[in-house]
Amino acid sequence: MSFSKEFTKGLWQEIPPFRLVLGLCPTLAVTTAAKNGLGMGLATTFVLVGSNIIVSMLRNIIPSKVRIASYIVIIASFVVIVELLMQAYFYPLYKVLGIFIPLIVVNCIVLGRAEAFASKNGVTLSLADGLGIGLGFTLALTFLGAIREILGNGTFFGHSIMGASFEPLSFLIKAPGAFLCLGVILALMNVISDK
Amino acid sequence: MSDYLLLIVSAVLVKNILLARYLGNCPFLGVSNRMDTATGMAMAVVFVMTAATAITWCVQRYLLTPFGLEYLQTIAFILVIATLVQLVEMFLQKSVPALYRMLGIFLPLITTNCAVLGAAVLVIQNEYDLGKGVVFGFASAIGFGLALILMTGLRERYVLQPIPKHFKGTSSGLITASLLALAFLGFLGMVE
Repeated sequence: MSFSKEFTKGLWQEIPPFRLVLGLCPTLAVTTAAKNGLGMGLATTFVLVGSNIIVSMLRNIIPSKVRIASYIVIIASFVVIVELLMQAYFYPLYKVLGIFIPLIVVNCIVLGRAEAFASKNGVTLSLADGLGIGLGFTLALTFLGAIREILGNGTFFGHSIMGASFEPLSFLIKAPGAFLCLGVILALMNVISDK
Repeated sequence: MSDYLLLIVSAVLVKNILLARYLGNCPFLGVSNRMDTATGMAMAVVFVMTAATAITWCVQRYLLTPFGLEYLQTIAFILVIATLVQLVEMFLQKSVPALYRMLGIFLPLITTNCAVLGAAVLVIQNEYDLGKGVVFGFASAIGFGLALILMTGLRERYVLQPIPKHFKGTSSGLITASLLALAFLGFLGMVE
């Protein structure tokens, strides 16, 4: 139970949403470009780390009967903070992510970590867990966003990389492409972990 | 009247909350294995989402906006939804036990169904009035139920087929959802 072990498990062993199939809505919705995936991932990481720390600090005070409601209030507070920060400093990204920023509240990953990890472990370990899972989520979203952006639009972080003769598969930017892309990646993860 | 009709068609088919707006995908993949659980979930969502859009609209209009508290929208809405779900659960348990036994285990799950909070926020963002907001909430929930039940029908059919083993479970579920979303994309030309 060391800091580095809790941190690294989120990056591969339990990387959401590929291994821990939670938080699918933001995963599917915002990954039309790598930049959006990165922004969403970092916003979620901030909320995850903040709520994990506070939940773990209060874990002996919160009565178990009202714990879920208390966690939701704690998470919602951090979501409001991130919402206001993004509105002030990253307005274009805030516009693109739109409704999915308030919806971090109901991202099952955040509540799941509060319930499964932070409510049972100390502050340092919860910080490591939140940071690991959050960065894993960010990596996954950026990866998915990059695939969809490169194949669907011919660009990577807004820079054209596929050359002029490339015909973009605009299908991948739309909803069906999101489902298909994630489904194929999940299958590939199964192939890798089987070896 | 045609306004409302357009709104309903748009929310159920064209901008389906699951397949075009990407909201509520966790229960979509989680409970779409068996028809009876899918129907239960769909009915519970219709119930809660319609009530939630009505109440959150009133909270926004008469509580948050007059006092300049719009930034508390997220916290206020999620608390309203969590309380509403709890109330509905208690009410059904006392007065309609048959329905409660059917919906029982799905009700607590709805609090973290992002489609409910999403619909509530969308009503505010699109600046609907109360009537349109409630119709939008109801129609979105019907769209959710429709997609969920269609999906369950598909999954029940292919569950016994020889799928490559790495594609089993969520992976094949997502690919089925992709094909379903492709079909729903066809409605795009219907309403602007």
